[in-house]
Amino acid sequence: MTFEDIYRQEWGQVVATLIRLTGDWELAEECAQEAFAAALQRWPTHGVPDRPGAWLTTTARNRAVDWLRREAVGAQKLREVAAMSDESEPPYDVPDDRLRLMFTCCHPALAMEARVALTLRTLAGLSTAEIARAFLVPETTMSKRLTRAKQKIQHAGIPYRVPPAHLLPERTPAVLAVLYLLFNEGYSDVVRSNLSGEAIRLARLLVQLMPDEPEPAGLLALMLLHDARRDTRLTPDGVLVTLEDQDRTRWDHAQITEGVDLLDAALRRGAPGPYQVQAAIAACHATARTAADTDWPQIAALYTQLPQTPVVALNRTVAIGMADGPAVGLRLLDDLADGPLAGYHLLPATRADFLRRLGRWSEALTAYQEALTLATTESERRYLDNRLREVSVRA
Amino acid sequence: MICGDESAAAHADDGCGGWSEEMAARGVVAGGAGLRPPSEATTVRVRNDELMLTDGPFAETKEQIGGFVLIDCADLDEAIEIAAKHPAAGYGTIEIRPVLDGVPGAV
Repeated sequence: MTFEDIYRQEWGQVVATLIRLTGDWELAEECAQEAFAAALQRWPTHGVPDRPGAWLTTTARNRAVDWLRREAVGAQKLREVAAMSDESEPPYDVPDDRLRLMFTCCHPALAMEARVALTLRTLAGLSTAEIARAFLVPETTMSKRLTRAKQKIQHAGIPYRVPPAHLLPERTPAVLAVLYLLFNEGYSDVVRSNLSGEAIRLARLLVQLMPDEPEPAGLLALMLLHDARRDTRLTPDGVLVTLEDQDRTRWDHAQITEGVDLLDAALRRGAPGPYQVQAAIAACHATARTAADTDWPQIAALYTQLPQTPVVALNRTVAIGMADGPAVGLRLLDDLADGPLAGYHLLPATRADFLRRLGRWSEALTAYQEALTLATTESERRYLDNRLREVSVRA
Repeated sequence: MICGDESAAAHADDGCGGWSEEMAARGVVAGGAGLRPPSEATTVRVRNDELMLTDGPFAETKEQIGGFVLIDCADLDEAIEIAAKHPAAGYGTIEIRPVLDGVPGAV
């Protein structure tokens, strides 16, 4: 495990524990940061401890004790923090400090953008700069957003806890949204793939905690079905492989079965929601024996059951294009061209794909060029570049 | 802070149902008062040592503060629960603001 892996894996738990001990979000983050800095200095020469998480939590705890001593806070708080032993288990009714942290970060009294940012910062350990990039805002804006959110939690008295049972149904959707975002953060970036693992782990906990709620199960199914294809999405040298060209024998079929079973059980409760519908779409792909076997009409129908966001409209257009032919898809794409998707790389990429299927090489070339300038990840750029070269030979 | 538009005046003499009794029994109410309408308000500002008085509320918005209750409770979740139970939440708006000294969850 690299230092980066340990950081991604342990950061949330260290911060979550420190918040529980100190009640101070800023202090918790600072102490966690210092603990990782200390590890980075010490581990290369002394070796990585057997339980790096415990070492980091203890180190962060000691920093907190030092700080509280310097600030001469009440002896009571100091004793509480200092008394925590390495072996301490979370209280019985709280399966994971991170879950507590997640519910608090996702409190409905916080603005949605603040919830997401706070979760990514405190739980996933993304830097303020990374979160700012992900949300296309200046770093100073994101930094203020995080500070404001933490101040509100502290001053308005947002409780640091998993909500009591009667509040869970209304507090859960916000958590799901954040978890899904977290999953995608890891899924779209190989370097952060453990974020997806973290999202799956937390989703499993949620399902365990709320066995009667079908949407957490739907979300977990969705994640498992996507994640089952993880290793086939890129070539060994990092070029994107589309669903159509992925080696289906290398998909994780045990995980697909688990996802489908979870989804079936959730759907039997008769309360479908957006995550169950998305999982059903993912299941259509994951259970098709070959790309040609894909049930595109069913997928297009499922997309109509989702809230019609611009991206959903684009995906539905792709499904219709695959079901009824690229010429139909191309016409539908025209309706989306001037909308909110302008500047989104998948719009020209989809157009390019339809044009390529129609053999309209020079138009495809232009669309691939446009997609290439808008694509955000290296693996996508290289995929588009390969396609571009393919069609330019024929154009 | 309990806010409402003009139509809220119709509820001025409604009382609070069982809310006041329940909250008194829980011991969470630390003070508060209903307010006369904004038409009877006087706004005070001092600029460059000059006293300026205006007839009416500080902001001409549709919703105005009609009263406030000081609540001393465990956390924001309890404050939300208390606010949501208040009859005015059904026709007006209740804004929860922490008080400055850091007592959490004051309405």
